[in-house]
Amino acid sequence: MIDRIVGGLRPPAPGSAPSNGHLAADAGLILDSSQLARGRVTPWEAVQTARNIARPHALDVIGRVFDRFQELHGDRSFRDDPAIVGGIAELAGRPVLVVGQQKGASTEENILRNFGMPHPEGYRKAIRLYGLAEKFHLPLVTLVDTPGAYPGPEAEERGQAESIASAIRAMSDLATPIVVVILGEGGSGGALALGVGDVVLALENSIYSVISPEGAAAILFRSASEAERAARAMKLAAPDLLELGIVDALIPEPTGGAHTDHDATARAIKTALVAQIDRLSRVPVADLLSTRYERFRAFGTIVEPPSEAPAPRRRWWRRGRDLLLRTRI
Amino acid sequence: MLFNKQLVRHLGVCTKCGHHFKLGATERLELLADPRSFSETDADLASADPLGFVDSRPYPERIAAAQAKTGRTDAIVTGDATVAGVPVVLAVMDFEFMGGSMGGVVGEKVTRAAERALAERKPLVIVAASGGARMQEGTVALMQMAKTVAALARLAAAGVPFVTVLTDPTTGGVLASYASLGDIVLAEPGALIGFSGARVTSETIGEKLPTGFQRAEFLLTHGFVDQVVPRDQLKERIGFFLNAFRVAGQDLRWSL
Repeated sequence: MIDRIVGGLRPPAPGSAPSNGHLAADAGLILDSSQLARGRVTPWEAVQTARNIARPHALDVIGRVFDRFQELHGDRSFRDDPAIVGGIAELAGRPVLVVGQQKGASTEENILRNFGMPHPEGYRKAIRLYGLAEKFHLPLVTLVDTPGAYPGPEAEERGQAESIASAIRAMSDLATPIVVVILGEGGSGGALALGVGDVVLALENSIYSVISPEGAAAILFRSASEAERAARAMKLAAPDLLELGIVDALIPEPTGGAHTDHDATARAIKTALVAQIDRLSRVPVADLLSTRYERFRAFGTIVEPPSEAPAPRRRWWRRGRDLLLRTRI
Repeated sequence: MLFNKQLVRHLGVCTKCGHHFKLGATERLELLADPRSFSETDADLASADPLGFVDSRPYPERIAAAQAKTGRTDAIVTGDATVAGVPVVLAVMDFEFMGGSMGGVVGEKVTRAAERALAERKPLVIVAASGGARMQEGTVALMQMAKTVAALARLAAAGVPFVTVLTDPTTGGVLASYASLGDIVLAEPGALIGFSGARVTSETIGEKLPTGFQRAEFLLTHGFVDQVVPRDQLKERIGFFLNAFRVAGQDLRWSL
């Protein structure tokens, strides 16, 4: 018996306002998957587009969306991880703190950036920068684009899991507005370490998943070549994420995809960011934090039977009478 | 030669080599909770199928099979108990249920446990045993990491103690969320604890991994667990730490 479904699924009920209704005033965002201009691509096409090496990566976006970006380096304890970039910049005249995962546009650059797969020190750098954002009341913008956290032995030695858990914790109660933009690939926990915010936006052709389609195929179908089938089952494309409520709205890409026109993509991102930061900066921090808590609290579709209220206790004389009647029979 | 009865008598620890076999959730509760002190909460929460997920079988069939096998609705048991005399909120994961994977139900029960610990100012103890986030619930499972960690951040801000015990195995999204964040992090000897699967890691570097990689002792050496505690001392050790921590905001009138 399904008596109560607690869920983050949208739409909750026909006729009721969609939970992203507060974003409606912001021009240019896609709030419903039916608004997609070119219809939907197959999940596997979405995976290929999100991974396209010519897609705008974090620094491409930062250079076009923000002014006067000054990069900040290092986690103050081990080294500077080139797979995560961050610093202070101006967004339409307002100082903000921006942190993003950086992939390369060529093989050499990808080797330097470790293909956008951060080490623990990368996440610790991010945590340090989150702290600066809170301390100096700077809105935080994060740009997610990673196949996942680096799974190598040195990353394990330096506590990859702990660094991700700490980054998620730091974001969950960071007393400043946070806007997350998923640029390309949102690879599991390694992406979530930059992915907890008041508003989560995604580019139209981005993906976000709990495990890579190849990884899922290897486990579920015992063959990495079944990745296409796994991608279909996983609902990882941006329109699916919008329907699940994982992201609040999509940022439209130019015809042909973000990789065909970095400038147009950046303009769309900038419009969205300016509107969101303007709106969030007017919300008192306490409300911001409680709304952020509730946003993530709501995820998880579960079935819960009604709590059984104990039957009202009968009066003592009725209980006595019942007892007498029963003994007589 | 190892006899089953002998193994049960020794809490699932081999008397010859000290190997710690996996414990089921029921045996784990018997080990940690004081006799007759455990009362379960949220026992009936069950998983729905947010994605309509089908691999070789539909997800609801997998859940039904796991429920039939374990007699539980999902991969975690939560409730109130006393551990070495200290009242706590206790959560114990069950690896037998779909590899202890975290979907909506595990996330919800951990979050509720943390919220109850906060409301009642009782320490929270979580025993982790999990392969990670549950693939069949996709990004909804991923979001459980953010949900549980947010609840624990509130618990930490209120000064309520939180102890985690990492047992064999604790990996992936569970280790990368609540399992790593205890004020005290304990591990059982020899337990496999790591972020990514050893097979993935060895494929990444294209060579075999050294013995002991991602074992409890490896994490101790690298500074990510406080102690590796043999199973027969676990309860007493948790009790020691909880007795040493005074819960902020707890009513102390009766202790004067």
